[in-house]
Amino acid sequence: MMDVAKKRQLSRIKTLLSVIFLLLLLWGSGYRTQVSFQDLFSGIPNIFSALADMLPPDWGYFDYVTGPMLETIRIAILGTTFGGILSIPIILLSSRNVTRSPFLFYPARFILNLIRTIPELLLAALFVPIFGIGPAAGICAITVFSLGIIAKLAYEAVEAIDPGPLEAMTAVGANKIQWVFFGVVPQVAAHFMSYFLYAFEINVRAAVILGYVGAGGIGIILNNMLASFQYNRVITIILYTLIVVAIIEFISNKIREKLL
Amino acid sequence: MIEFKGVTKIYPNGTVGLKNINLKINKGEFVVIVGLSGAGKSTLLRSINRLHEITEGEIFIDGESITAARGKKLLQMRRDIGMIFQNFNLVKRSSVLRNVLSGRVGYHSTLRTLLGLWPKEDIRLALEALERVNIRDKAYARADELSGGQQQRVSIARALAQQAKIILADEPVASLDPLTTRQVMDDLKRINEELGITTIVNLHFIDLARQYAQRIIGVRAGEIVFDGPVEAATDAVFAEIYGRPIKEDELLEAQK
Amino acid sequence: MRTETVNKKALLPKDVRKRLIWRRLKIGVIAAIVILIYAWAFRGFVKDFKINPNAGQSIKAIFNGIIHPDWDYIVEPGGEDLLHALIDTLAIAVLGTFISAVLCIPFAFWAARNMSRRRWISGTGKFVLSAIRVFPELIMAILFIAAVGLGPFAGILALGFHSVGMLGKLFGESIENMDLSPREALIASGANRLQTLWFAIVPQVLPEFMSYTLYRFEVSVRAATILGIVGAGGIGAPLIFALQGHTWDRVGIILIGIIVMVTIIDYISGAIRKRLV
Repeated sequence: MMDVAKKRQLSRIKTLLSVIFLLLLLWGSGYRTQVSFQDLFSGIPNIFSALADMLPPDWGYFDYVTGPMLETIRIAILGTTFGGILSIPIILLSSRNVTRSPFLFYPARFILNLIRTIPELLLAALFVPIFGIGPAAGICAITVFSLGIIAKLAYEAVEAIDPGPLEAMTAVGANKIQWVFFGVVPQVAAHFMSYFLYAFEINVRAAVILGYVGAGGIGIILNNMLASFQYNRVITIILYTLIVVAIIEFISNKIREKLL
Repeated sequence: MIEFKGVTKIYPNGTVGLKNINLKINKGEFVVIVGLSGAGKSTLLRSINRLHEITEGEIFIDGESITAARGKKLLQMRRDIGMIFQNFNLVKRSSVLRNVLSGRVGYHSTLRTLLGLWPKEDIRLALEALERVNIRDKAYARADELSGGQQQRVSIARALAQQAKIILADEPVASLDPLTTRQVMDDLKRINEELGITTIVNLHFIDLARQYAQRIIGVRAGEIVFDGPVEAATDAVFAEIYGRPIKEDELLEAQK
Repeated sequence: MRTETVNKKALLPKDVRKRLIWRRLKIGVIAAIVILIYAWAFRGFVKDFKINPNAGQSIKAIFNGIIHPDWDYIVEPGGEDLLHALIDTLAIAVLGTFISAVLCIPFAFWAARNMSRRRWISGTGKFVLSAIRVFPELIMAILFIAAVGLGPFAGILALGFHSVGMLGKLFGESIENMDLSPREALIASGANRLQTLWFAIVPQVLPEFMSYTLYRFEVSVRAATILGIVGAGGIGAPLIFALQGHTWDRVGIILIGIIVMVTIIDYISGAIRKRLV
C-alpha cells in the first residue's frame, strides 16, 4: 500500500507527463501542417474582404432557393425514416440482453462500428456514381448514416431497460418475437422516437453539405455559387439554412422533452 | 400434479443451489415455502417453470416433463403457469389492460398478438380477471400510475387471464406495506379456494406463512428440511428450518 | 370489433371514458399530421430513383476496388502517400480541437444560465453557439482558404472555429449542471472572481470538459478527413481525386485507412474518457 505522499507524487508525475505529451503533440502537429501565425495575421484582411463580398445577402434569391431547401428537408426525412426502420433489427441484434448468441451479437456490433466510422460526405460520394447526381444518393447516404446514429443510442437504451417485464414475458410463455414486442419495445419506444428526431436534426444539416458532392438538395446550388464566386448568394443560402435548422431544432426539442 | 424427481442444481462456480429434491404437490393445494434468503426457495420455485435450469433430475407437471420440453411445447407449458414477482414486473408505460392481455400471448399466433387483434373472448377474460381482484376501473390507466398493491393485483390478474392451472408467487408481498400485504395474500387465498388453482408462494414472514398456508415446506441450504401441514409447523420447527431462533424481522406483526 | 368496443366501454366510469376519448383524439391528430408529412415527402419518390444505366458496372468496380485496394499507396517515396496524408489529417484534428477547446471557454460561460444575471444574456450566448454550429465547416474552410491560402492551416482554423459551437454548448451545459455551493463558500470567505473560478468552478468541470474535448476530437478526426475536398489539407484531397478519377482501388485503400485510423482513435479516446469521469 502506497502512502498518501507517494500517491500524490505519482499523480503529479502522471499529470506532468500528460502535459508534456500534449505539448509535443501540438508542436508536432503544428510543424507538420506548417502553421504560421504570420500567415494568419496577413491573411485576416482577406477574410474581411471575403465577408464583405458576402454582404449584403441577395434577398431576392430566397424565393429561388426555397424549392431546393424543401428538397433537402425531404432528403433528410426520407433518409432518417429508412435509416430508422433498418436500424431496428441491428439494435436488437446489438443488445446484449436481447441477443444471447455471440455469432449474431459480434457481427452486428462490428457492422455498426464500421458504419459509424465513415463520414457522411464519403458515403454520399460513394453513392453518387451509382445513382447519379441527385437526391437519391443523398437519401441513401443519410439512411446509412442515420442507422449508425440511431442504432448506437438505441442499443444503449435497450441494454438499460428493466429486466423484470422481460422475465414476466418468459414466464408467460411468449415466443422470442412476442417477448421483444411486449417486453422490450414498450420500454424503449419513447427513447427510440427521441433518437429518431435527434438524428433528423443532424441530417438536415448534413443534407445541406451532401449536395456538395452532388447528392441533391441545396448543396449542389451552394457548390455552384461558391464556384462562381457569387458570395452574396452563398450567404443567403447559409442564412436560410440557419433559420430552417433553428426552427426544426426548436420543434424537435419540444417534442423530445415531452417524450422523455 | 407437480412432481420433483431427484432435482439438483449446481451453479458453474460449484455452489449447490438445490440438493436432490423430491417433492409432490397436488392439485388445488396452497403451499408456502419458507427459508433463509439464499436457501434455495427462489431456485426451487423458478425451476418449476424453468426460469432457472436444473442440472440433474426431472420435474413433471401433470405427468409431462417440463425439463425435457423444448420449443413450442415449453412455451405451452409455461402458458399454463402464472408467475407473480416481488417487483411486479409490469410494463410501466403500458396500460393495465395491455399488461393483463400480455398473459394471453401464448394462445395466439405471433402476428395476431403483435397487431393487437385480441378476440372478444380474451378482452372479456382480461376484464373479468381485473374484476376478480377489484381493479377493473383502472383498466385503462398506465401501470406506473398505480400503487404497489394495485400493481401486484394487476400481476395476479395477468396470471388469471392466462387461465393458469398453477400460480407461482416469488416473495409477492416483500415490497408491500402490511395492510396491502394482507389484501394481496387474501386475494391469492381466495383465488385458490374459488378456482382451485394450485398456488405455491415463497414467503419470508413466518406469521404470514402460518396464517395462509395449508402446507409448509421449509428449505435450508438447498434441501427440504420440513414438509407438512401448517399445524405441525411450530416455532421449534422454524428454528430448525432457519438454523437459529426466529428473528423479529421475520414476523410481519413486528414490522410496525 | 364494434361490439367488443361497446362491451369494453359500457362498464367504465364516465371520467375514464372521457380521458380515453381525449387520448384517442390526440393520437388521431398526430397520426394525420405525420401521414401528411410523409405523403409530401414521398411525392416524386419513384422518379428520384432512376438508376444510372452504368450503375451495375459502378457497383462492381467499387466493390472490386475495396476488395483489391491499392496497397502500394500506403507508403510511397516522396511522402505523397496514405500514411502521411492520414498523419496530416490527425494533425489538423489535434490543433483544431485544441483551438476550439481554448476558444469555447468564454462562449460557454456566456451561454450558461447560472453565470449571468439576466436571462437574455445566456439566451444570446446560446443563439450564437447555435449559429456557429449551423455554419458548415466546409464553408468556413473555404473562407479561411481565402485568408491563408490552400493547405492544412485553413482546415485547422475552420475546424477550430466550427467546433466551438459544439464544445461551447456541451461545456455550457456542464456549467449549468454544476453544484454552486463551493462557489458560494468561496465568495463568502472573500475570494475574488478569478479565485472562485480557479478553486470552485474549474475542479468541478475539468474532468467533464476533458471528456467532451476528447469526444469532439473523435468527431474532428472524421470532419478533417472531409475538409481536404475543398483543399484544406489532409486525406480529403487525394480522396476526391481518386473518386473523380474512378480509381477505385485507391478509393478502397483510403477508405480502409480512414476506417482504421478512426477506429484506433475512438478506441484510445474511449479508454481515456472512461478513466476520466
